[in-house]
Amino acid sequence: MNSARLARLVPYAYIAPALAIMVVALVLPIVDAVRLGFYDWGMGTPWTTAKWVGWEAFREVLVDRAAWTSMGVTLAFVAVAVSAEMVLGVALALFLEKPVRGMRVFRTVFVLPMMIAPICVGLVWRYIFDAQFGPLNHLTSLFGLAPQAWLAEPGLAFAAMVATDIWQWTPFVFIMVLAALQGMDGSVIEASRIDGATAWQQIWRVKLPIIKPILIVTLLMRMIDGFRGLEVIYVMTFGGPGQSTELFSLHIYKAAFISQKLGYASALSVLLLVVVTVLAVAVLLVANPLRGDARRG
Amino acid sequence: MDAVTLPLRPAATPAPSAERPSRLLPALLHYGVLVFLSVLCLAPIAILALTALKTEAQIFDTRWSWLFMPTLDNFRTVLGEDNSARYLGNSIVISVAATVATLLAGTMAAYALARFRFLGRAPLGYGTLLLRTLPPAVLAVPVFVIWSGWGIADTLFGVILVYTGLNLPFTIWLLYGFIEQVPPELEEAAAIDGCGPFMVFWRIVLPLLKPGLAAAAIFTFRLAWNEFILSFILTNRATRTLPAAISNYITDSGVEWGKIMAAGVLIALPPLIVTFVAAKQIITGLTAGAVKG
Repeated sequence: MNSARLARLVPYAYIAPALAIMVVALVLPIVDAVRLGFYDWGMGTPWTTAKWVGWEAFREVLVDRAAWTSMGVTLAFVAVAVSAEMVLGVALALFLEKPVRGMRVFRTVFVLPMMIAPICVGLVWRYIFDAQFGPLNHLTSLFGLAPQAWLAEPGLAFAAMVATDIWQWTPFVFIMVLAALQGMDGSVIEASRIDGATAWQQIWRVKLPIIKPILIVTLLMRMIDGFRGLEVIYVMTFGGPGQSTELFSLHIYKAAFISQKLGYASALSVLLLVVVTVLAVAVLLVANPLRGDARRG
Repeated sequence: MDAVTLPLRPAATPAPSAERPSRLLPALLHYGVLVFLSVLCLAPIAILALTALKTEAQIFDTRWSWLFMPTLDNFRTVLGEDNSARYLGNSIVISVAATVATLLAGTMAAYALARFRFLGRAPLGYGTLLLRTLPPAVLAVPVFVIWSGWGIADTLFGVILVYTGLNLPFTIWLLYGFIEQVPPELEEAAAIDGCGPFMVFWRIVLPLLKPGLAAAAIFTFRLAWNEFILSFILTNRATRTLPAAISNYITDSGVEWGKIMAAGVLIALPPLIVTFVAAKQIITGLTAGAVKG
């Protein structure tokens, strides 16, 4: 390392392997996804048969009822599921904030729904909601309720999808908010109490404002996942009945691999990329690890 | 309660928020809620496991029962099928290889971003942060097309490559946070003692990153072991992973519940075990980036 020029190359040497892998596995495919949007091409046919069609696929997306139905389902899903998860997760974290003995065991249990494969989550909830022999209908029958075909009726299927997501991801919100609350400077709460703040005022005027950045990041991360989600619903309903549970990612998958409309699927992908990137930029504006390189206390 | 009795408490070390003398009733309520939530979290997982242990007749009984004579028949059938051992092997090879590759490349990249000021650092950093949220559905078509063109579709390598790519952004940013916490003075001292930059990295920085590496390893393994859709698209009969193979049990005539639940248990087991062994690292990984640990 005797030459300054060589030393300047060191960071590039460190970053080269990761950069190469990300370019090949992520950036190239993104570029290709955009490029394919301008061609009419069926999967399995030679690339030489692909036809340049310009903005045709993008125009098709704009006027396609199925695409906007799926976008509507996704927005409704994100709105309902994520708000429920935020409200429940924050409320539970505030209620259970005080450190107690054995909390580590409970926290471990709460992490489990996020760790098992989405495909297993989809499977087990499909079984729970099964019209004939699902445990849920058995449970409701104990209260004298008639059995429901949960996954066969559009409104119920949507509710089932929301319920499954709430089961899987409320613990995430809970754990994030709990970590934020327990990492808070206790003297601030102390000061507010000395000033005569009630418990309710402490929550609304002190605690929630202090952890607001974390709440926003958590919210945005859950919204992004709503748009990325595909596997749970793939197994649970495959988007049905009709399009009632067809999240946008699943719609893309179906367009590409069921309808074999690659150009159209790519145009949909571009739309999804735009939505997710906007949300990701919002995350960066709130919590940017690169900003102010000085270490924060 | 009464702050006046504690006038001299140093401000730098605030007491934990549990100062209120805990009375029995609130404590009972506290634990009651925790137990109730735990039951809610565990019930579906228990249903997965119990269904796998039931006979066909018990599964199709309209009355769900918690108590029954368990049988391992479903597991025997699933494990006895021709390709099961191969799928299990594929899953293990892919998860381990993707985890090792992600950790190696990710640690090095995180070190460069955290410790060096170089031309292109900002675009690389922000680019990586944005790639973190890339939806797998966007990747499916182009990766299939590109991999087919390169002749690496239907190979384990192709799956490992895309999983490593998907995991790198998160890993880099998780480890970046950890490297920032390592005092640069340590590295400077080692450099003065004659360590070259790569030696400093391996001997000084890497050992201090163990908690971060553990968290990164768990999250990488979790994706590589659990992922379904890309594996389903990018593999054939010989290279299927367990999650991709599971769809064989969903046919037009219905779902073979016993077998599919048994396969589901096999898939769910390793992440469950990891969770019980390393819950602390998982929480570190979950909260990284948003909550300063």
